[in-house]
Amino acid sequence: MVGLIDLVQTLTTPHPLDRYLELVRPTLTARELRAEITHVRRSVPGSVTLTLRPTRQWRGHAAGQYVQIGVVIDGIRHIRCYSPVNPEGRRDRHIQLTVKAHPGGLVSQYLYRNAVPGMVVSLEPAAGVFRLPEPRPERVLLISGGSGITPVLSMLRTLAEEGYPGELAFLHYAKSPEAVPHRAELEVIAQANKNFRIEMRHPGDGSGYFDYDQLERVAPWFADGETYVCGPQGLMAAVRKIFEAEQLSDRLHAEEFTLATTPVDADEAFGTVSFSASGKNAENNGAVLLEQAEAAGLTPEYGCRMGICFSCTAVRRTGCTRNVRTGETNSDPDQPIQLCINAPVGDVEIDI
Amino acid sequence: MTILTETKDGPLVLSPDQVEELGRALDDLRARIVADLGDSDREYIYSIIKAQRGFEIAGRSLMYLGFLPPFWLAAVAALSVSKILDNMEIGHNVMHGQYDWMRERGLNSREFEWDTVCPADQWKHSHNYLHHTYTNIHGMDRDIGYGILRMDESQKWNPLRLGQPLYAFGLMVLFEWGVMGHDLEVENIIRGKRSWSDIKKLVKGQWRKAGRQVLKDYVVFPALTGPLFVSTLAGNVTANLVRNLWAFSIIFCGHFPTGVQTFTEAETAEETRGEWYVRQMLGSANITGSKLFHIMSGNLSHQIEHHLFPDLPANRYPQLAPEVRELCEKYGLPYNTGSLGQQVGSVWMKIFKLALPPFLVGKESTPGVIVMRQQVVSSDLQAVASGNTTEVGV
Ligand code: FES
Repeated sequence: MVGLIDLVQTLTTPHPLDRYLELVRPTLTARELRAEITHVRRSVPGSVTLTLRPTRQWRGHAAGQYVQIGVVIDGIRHIRCYSPVNPEGRRDRHIQLTVKAHPGGLVSQYLYRNAVPGMVVSLEPAAGVFRLPEPRPERVLLISGGSGITPVLSMLRTLAEEGYPGELAFLHYAKSPEAVPHRAELEVIAQANKNFRIEMRHPGDGSGYFDYDQLERVAPWFADGETYVCGPQGLMAAVRKIFEAEQLSDRLHAEEFTLATTPVDADEAFGTVSFSASGKNAENNGAVLLEQAEAAGLTPEYGCRMGICFSCTAVRRTGCTRNVRTGETNSDPDQPIQLCINAPVGDVEIDI
Repeated sequence: MTILTETKDGPLVLSPDQVEELGRALDDLRARIVADLGDSDREYIYSIIKAQRGFEIAGRSLMYLGFLPPFWLAAVAALSVSKILDNMEIGHNVMHGQYDWMRERGLNSREFEWDTVCPADQWKHSHNYLHHTYTNIHGMDRDIGYGILRMDESQKWNPLRLGQPLYAFGLMVLFEWGVMGHDLEVENIIRGKRSWSDIKKLVKGQWRKAGRQVLKDYVVFPALTGPLFVSTLAGNVTANLVRNLWAFSIIFCGHFPTGVQTFTEAETAEETRGEWYVRQMLGSANITGSKLFHIMSGNLSHQIEHHLFPDLPANRYPQLAPEVRELCEKYGLPYNTGSLGQQVGSVWMKIFKLALPPFLVGKESTPGVIVMRQQVVSSDLQAVASGNTTEVGV
């Protein structure tokens, strides 16, 4: 197969074969991974569950990992990370994503409103070290909050499907019972697995925030188990604090769950610019990134230094930058930007 | 500095304020278009790509009927159209970053490769950076004459220039190879200003890219047609040739018709954005034509708009053009445009004329729009207006 693709690629050179195939059918690709949405379910207010059928390049995911999908909105492809909620499985050829429509979240709102079966999204292979180890630990504690439930749900379902014999506790924090996605499924799992302890907390109506007592009650054995946590920063910090105090940090596995935040004041210079490929850091002095990189002793490629030639394009991994020509700010992760006309706003990581 | 432009009614003076005002107007225009980019631009470029792929597949398939002359001709025509679209409306524009905002894999300036022997990265250096930054500045924009032609009076004449029409013809026929060699600066190697080690990397890249192109067009595809090898080979050579003639003609019309100006380094040192815009307008020329013609020329028929906004999607140039033209009229700047016939004729006139020694053809009259760069005292201004001085207020 690969040999044949290479031969055909000689014929389509200089364009990759996929650039031809995608015109026939978007899901017909030789190399690139994509997925077609096959089912759309909006059972929980404010969130949508999508079932995706990936193209044949898909190698599956491990419970807890995330995938990146890309959708086109107003002509622009936007990429976002979501954790599949379905169990991992070799023969499992689909992905299930539960997307919560965040206020002001461009992609999540778009998917919530517009996702329909037949829509094709771009897809990256599953990635991330937040995953269940092989062999499975003897005791597992899962903690999640809000839409941080997605990776741990995949872990829970995987263990349930495997007939996990160990002890498992799952503690989830949500605003209200209605806001918990896949509630019915959780109940089924709880009933079918006597060794699973699944508990919901709704701090708003008095069932309390995460603390040591709750931890003790739900999983008194937590010190001998492996704990996986994903949720808002407050929850993560609370969990971390306890595990640190108990000197159990190595038994705690956390998935950062932060929404890209756009800093407010674009004109003030603050924060750190990190040039990740070269391992250098600099205090943000407000100048354009090309100048800041040069001041830090780097020699990024450039040409016109006025935004017309695109020689200086580099990938902004994280953080927010401001286009000095238009004043516009942008904080989408992993985006190529022109260093000569973009200045950092706060902490920024550039891949040079 | 002064930038001198010819007008019918003698010299025209643009004050620094006017230049800045003009720059702001163009910035506004740009911002309006950028804010409006979206689905329709995406659909546009994909429709062009679809058409190009269609022509390509049609051309390659028709070669199997190449033993029948009408089919051979149709095959060549389809393949030529495909290559022209690939190079001009798609390749040139995508590599300018015009569609980078779409964040689409395979359609961005960093990754795109085109169907010609010149590697994308080298072209981006000689074209996007050198030519577009230093447009028409002597000694900096190597597109003035491409290192082999005398396209401006201020380039020195020598007897070798007499062969210039021949060189130009050769360049036209072998245009893709000329474009490939451009970044090597061969004339500088001959003059000893550049050494082998400077160009080693470039040559390697060219070898790789050109090798693949040659393999595809001149070996693999002909071989796939079996007994029609020679016919297909001839067809592919012809399609590449047609593309070369077309690309050369369109591109030479962009900066070499009469009325287009060149600049010196001193004139353009420490330019403001407004001044940069003015230089782009005075240094470029358009071609009039139908919608189809604009598409086939990669919208380089809107060279003026392209030079003002090289990274705006080309399909927007026709929309921008009337406003740019209006601005030119408002400030008395020339808006150099004409039919393809006129512009091509004017280019070849220049090629022939500048081949001859200056004493035979005389000098063109000095142009007369004066772009003031800083506040100057009025006596200086008068001196310029009466032609007594060429440098003002630097
Ligand atoms: S250096 Fe030319 S765009 Fe940044």
